[in-house]
Amino acid sequence: MQEFLQLVVSGIASGGIFASLALALVLIYNAMGLVNFAQGEMAMFATFIAYTLIEHGMSYWIALPLTLAIAFVGGVAIQRLVIKPVERAPVLTLVIITLGLATLFNGLAGFLFGYIPRSFPSPFSVQTVSIFGAFASYQDLGVIGVSAVVLLLIYLLLQRTTIGLSMRAAAHNPDASRLLGVRVSWMLALGWGLASLVGALSGIMVAPVLLLEPNMMQTIIIYAFAAAVLGGIESPLGAVVGGLIVGVTVNLAGAYLVGGDLQLAVAFLIIVVVLIVKPNGLFGRPSVRRV
Amino acid sequence: MVSRLRRAPARYWLVGAVALVLLGLPSAVTSFESSEWTLVLIFAIAIMGLNVLVGYSGQISLGHGAFMALGAYTTAILVSRYHVNYLLTIPIAGVIGGAVGFLLGIPALRLSALYLALATFALAVVTPSLIKRPVELTGGVQGILMLPPDPPQFVKDAFATVTNGPQMTSEQWLYYVTLVTGAVLFWVAWNMLRHRPGRAMRAIRDGEVPAAASGINVAGYKTLAFGMSAFYAGVAGSLYGLSTGYVSPDTFPVALSFQLLVGAVVGGLASIVGPLVGGAFVYWLPIVSSQTISSQDWIPSQISSVFVKAGPAVTYGALLILIMIFAPNGIVGLATAAYKALRSRLRGANEQGTVQMPPDPHTVG
Amino acid sequence: MTRLGPRSAAMVACLIALAACGGSGGTATDPGVTSNSILLGVTIAQSGPAAAYGTIANAANAYFTYVNSQGGVNGRKITYKILDDGYNPAQTVPLTKQLVEADQVFAMFGGLGTQSQTAVRDYLNAKKVPQLFVATGATTFMQDFSQHPYTIGWQPPYQGEARIYAKDVLANHPNAKIGVLYQNDDYGLDYLKGLTDGLGANASMIVDKESYDVTAAVPTLAAQLTTLKAKGADTLFIFATPAFTIGSLAIVTAIHWAPLEYVNSVSDPAAYMQIAASKGAKIDGAISVGYIKDPTDPQWANDAGMQLYQKVIASCSTCKPSDGFNIYGVAVAYTMVDVLKQAGSNLTRANVMSIAGSNLNETNPFLLPGVTVTTTATDHYPITQEEVIKWSANAWHLQPPLIDEQVS
Repeated sequence: MQEFLQLVVSGIASGGIFASLALALVLIYNAMGLVNFAQGEMAMFATFIAYTLIEHGMSYWIALPLTLAIAFVGGVAIQRLVIKPVERAPVLTLVIITLGLATLFNGLAGFLFGYIPRSFPSPFSVQTVSIFGAFASYQDLGVIGVSAVVLLLIYLLLQRTTIGLSMRAAAHNPDASRLLGVRVSWMLALGWGLASLVGALSGIMVAPVLLLEPNMMQTIIIYAFAAAVLGGIESPLGAVVGGLIVGVTVNLAGAYLVGGDLQLAVAFLIIVVVLIVKPNGLFGRPSVRRV
Repeated sequence: MVSRLRRAPARYWLVGAVALVLLGLPSAVTSFESSEWTLVLIFAIAIMGLNVLVGYSGQISLGHGAFMALGAYTTAILVSRYHVNYLLTIPIAGVIGGAVGFLLGIPALRLSALYLALATFALAVVTPSLIKRPVELTGGVQGILMLPPDPPQFVKDAFATVTNGPQMTSEQWLYYVTLVTGAVLFWVAWNMLRHRPGRAMRAIRDGEVPAAASGINVAGYKTLAFGMSAFYAGVAGSLYGLSTGYVSPDTFPVALSFQLLVGAVVGGLASIVGPLVGGAFVYWLPIVSSQTISSQDWIPSQISSVFVKAGPAVTYGALLILIMIFAPNGIVGLATAAYKALRSRLRGANEQGTVQMPPDPHTVG
Repeated sequence: MTRLGPRSAAMVACLIALAACGGSGGTATDPGVTSNSILLGVTIAQSGPAAAYGTIANAANAYFTYVNSQGGVNGRKITYKILDDGYNPAQTVPLTKQLVEADQVFAMFGGLGTQSQTAVRDYLNAKKVPQLFVATGATTFMQDFSQHPYTIGWQPPYQGEARIYAKDVLANHPNAKIGVLYQNDDYGLDYLKGLTDGLGANASMIVDKESYDVTAAVPTLAAQLTTLKAKGADTLFIFATPAFTIGSLAIVTAIHWAPLEYVNSVSDPAAYMQIAASKGAKIDGAISVGYIKDPTDPQWANDAGMQLYQKVIASCSTCKPSDGFNIYGVAVAYTMVDVLKQAGSNLTRANVMSIAGSNLNETNPFLLPGVTVTTTATDHYPITQEEVIKWSANAWHLQPPLIDEQVS
């Protein structure tokens, strides 16, 4: 029983990590109906920028907002330079471009920063707290807490502000939105900027746990996909809930069912099963395809 | 006959020339270089299959490395454990790949392009860990070694008479095996795509609902495309294992699946020559970016050392993005467009030409 | 003046001719060797998942640069051609063939990766190209010398290291309940085999073993560690690569478990242990083995070998001096140069291989004092001596004596 509880609690902790990156994926999807395969690499790169700033003496609490700002600008820049020219291109082109971005950022990070794993500071302590006899650290809880706050802010933005409405409209029906006066192109840029910012925050939160190195997010992105898909790729709440469920499921399946070496395969299975059985996930709304 | 030759489109001449060059290659280059071109052809075969899936039927797969792994391990297990003749294992590998692909194509029907990309991407990532599991069968992390196959005597003699040079090596033999296999598969694909299945797939790619409305069996053709592309990948995987002489979980990382898709797109989707161009691109790019550039004296050392240190990844990523933005129809598309522009300029004012139908929009999605 | 008879003239002519032939026979060479250079080649991961190891080749090259600046080996400068195979054996094969057939290297030196080097082992042996000092401790590269006489490893075999741990456990903790966390690849499995073999009849001391795939996300290791704790293990062996080792040590403390920990030598550089400690891991009392000097260990600050290392590594702009992989690269390059020096003017592949595989007896300034690099006609394991080290007060402390662990 003790073991089961610990597996669940640890699963929630790692789920928080998956959720934080999944939120960025959800933002991009809300902005342009696309899954950004480069989200993890962009998050990692932003974290390296933060690392470099801190290494040069800047305080963590100044480097953090500065990095988020840089990430936001970077995201907008990428949208303007790379995505805008192919806005109307088919899905395949966009998928390949995001994959190209992923390769580019990964290679660039390796080139600029090297591959040795580095320690990254966390604002939360490593002290553990007991939950019904199972243990989680303040760092783990911090990741979940920050994700929850981000979730709230995203929800407020998308559902309660005009800008959020414009963003969603631009993604759903760009032509009609233009007719209504929405600056579609800038909405997309905003979406990318925000997603990049959320990704950077995720990277900064999880680097203390994962150790900072260029390949840090390579498998996290798969778990994040599973979380986003399970929760419903349009839904920020789904991303967080999905993340936690994926974390717990992977732990339990690894311990009791398939063995520790197939944990990632479990995530893959989640993706496939959800997409086939209930493609809109737990919280997504079924979309109607117009003929 | 002669008039038919004269009227044949320039394309056919090009294909003929390329075929001749490929046929004579081993006699002109070293055995090692032949083995390099074997790898290019292997990629071309896999990309050809992927092309059918992505370019013609409009489904994205980021996981075809898994089918290559399936084909390679089929060959490796049959050859090393059951002592089946290695040539026989090549079609077997294809059939097994094709069957699995067909079966996977059924649930894939329910996924939109984006989700299919996601699911197949996840498949590619977990493939190595899945290979490691059945240790008895796959050799686990140790992998399976295979001896390089010796050319049969009559082929050796034929080669010796034609080239009057050193004895045929196993690498040159595998080159010809790959070339012949590739030619056969190329011909099959070309024929299929010229006739009804090809038209049906293109119709599906351009709009599933209208295609279904006109009576095309959408589900049937889509799963056929999946199965066929997996067949090609399985054959390519089998040849991959034979020419490398070793299969192991790390031989099929997610990067391989990515390379196949990149090769298909960069070569030129929905084109027949594209796969060969794509295969060459995928094989030579890392070598060019890390070796050739640094050995050229006319490039200043600061620039070339950046290329080398940054590694193929940065070059790859940057090039990919540029090609997608400026030449989304791939290199073949670029060449075709340039050729057409040139031709229309040359024909100029004289010939208004017949009314051109708008070119096939290469839309997927 | 006496006239030389025709017979004597013929004799003199013969002697002159003989002298001319004999003269060139004394400087026998093979491809890759000219009168003033030697070309060595390597395939190593410098991109992709294993890119962290890529610095080994750069560090080795730094040592070659140093040797070249001192005049080279017997007047010949060493050129080291480094190719990136991305840790993919399917790329290792064509790149190796290129080095051998197109670039005509004299020998392959320091190739990385068990799967990668296995893929080309048969080829290199068939072509009689030395596959020297492969950068992996997989036991097969030393154990199977008789089947592959052109291949030799360098570092202590993983199985040997694990046997030392087994001996330590049997001697000092005979009632231990052992749990093992291992990476599911040749690396982790080799260690596991060594431990199981070393425990012999006592293998039942292992109450549970859990594996993880290299694609795992570090936090998910909590599942395996929780299971090991639940099965009652009080001694934990971590056969993992650095990032996973650090993560595991932190998780163990986080789930309030305090087993005796054995950390493997690849992951034990002090820099990594200190990162683990900063993440809250309680690692005092952890045990590992060492055979090479750690650049971050203050006890070697004034050591001649360490100072030479610092001088050498400075010429590699991308190498961090504190990285344990770099001193490894320099140390193995030292052995390579030693072999070339010993070959003298008889710079043939066969001779170099015979020295490396069966006639090595070297003291290496970068290895722990007392550790020798030795091969004989019956012993093809260059390094088999290691010393147990224990972690306390933020550093490793040597626990003499040196243990020489032979794997038959």
